[in-house]
Amino acid sequence: MHFTDIQAILAGQFGEAIQPDAPENLLQPALSIQTERLADVCAFLHRDERLYFDHLACVTALDNGPGLGTMEVIYNLTSIPYGHNLMLKVKLLRNQPGEPLPQVPTVSHIWRTADWHEREAYDLVGIHFEGHPDLRRILLPLDWEGHPLRRDYEVQEVYHGIRVRYEDRNVPTAEG
Amino acid sequence: MQDRIKTGDGGIILTSAEDLLNWARLSSLWPMGFGLACCAIEMIATYASHYDLERFGIFPRPSPRQSDVMIVAGTVTFKMADRLRRLYEQMPEPRYVISMGSCSNCGGPYWEHGYHVVKGVDRIVPVDVYVPGCPPRPEALIGGFMRLQEKIRREHPLAPQMLLDMEAKAAEAV
Repeated sequence: MHFTDIQAILAGQFGEAIQPDAPENLLQPALSIQTERLADVCAFLHRDERLYFDHLACVTALDNGPGLGTMEVIYNLTSIPYGHNLMLKVKLLRNQPGEPLPQVPTVSHIWRTADWHEREAYDLVGIHFEGHPDLRRILLPLDWEGHPLRRDYEVQEVYHGIRVRYEDRNVPTAEG
Repeated sequence: MQDRIKTGDGGIILTSAEDLLNWARLSSLWPMGFGLACCAIEMIATYASHYDLERFGIFPRPSPRQSDVMIVAGTVTFKMADRLRRLYEQMPEPRYVISMGSCSNCGGPYWEHGYHVVKGVDRIVPVDVYVPGCPPRPEALIGGFMRLQEKIRREHPLAPQMLLDMEAKAAEAV
């Protein structure tokens, strides 16, 4: 099934919540989804007999930096029996220091594989997935500070009495 | 011991108890294999038949409590740092640490942008021998072991330093 057909089916179902993200002649066109409708759209994509997107290949989180002030979450879907693919994008506003993390509805109840992908996006980029059953850090230690793949990330000085930065080799810590 | 006096053909060797103990210790160094990254592959190759570390009496133990030396073979992350320190503390004294490869020597290629990598395992535990390389070849690791053997050969019997430190701290607190 071609991208435009999928887009037509989704537009019929969800109307304005679906927008093409980029010109359709790109190698891999994408659909931009309203954040609050994401779980509904994904459930429909998973369930509908014409689409049957049974495989979530990847979840990517992007930080566009404090300049643009946006973040994105990108979902790559595949239908194994039909062999067609689809890319979904969700755009978010970046949180200012002190504000809660940007929120996206989880899709982990639709595709189990999203469970760990979303944990990774939370760990490294700092996106909160609403309704996720177990949103903990997956790679870094549980008591790590900050989200390292953010553009404005500054690494912490000390972790468990160990100086983190290479240059701080001879700087004593509180524990000695 | 080779420069000690041999007398007659009766196979008598005169030496000191200290030298004998040191010789015994350096001739059966049991490492705790601590494979963390690609250096572990070279470490395993060093144990295996081509390089055969067992000809030096070196053979790996699966438990820190049976080990004399810890080979930190690979990238030490901050998440692993607590575990590494605990394993080191579980080893009986006298104990030694070989830091194998650039990552555990100084952070290696992660020295600048690797927020997750400890920039040298000597920030966690004291290191006796550093083996350079990325990863070091098996010959280099064997060279590290021979350096450690030289170090042990020159040692005097050691008091359990950590225990003494703990006792001194406890006495101070009372």
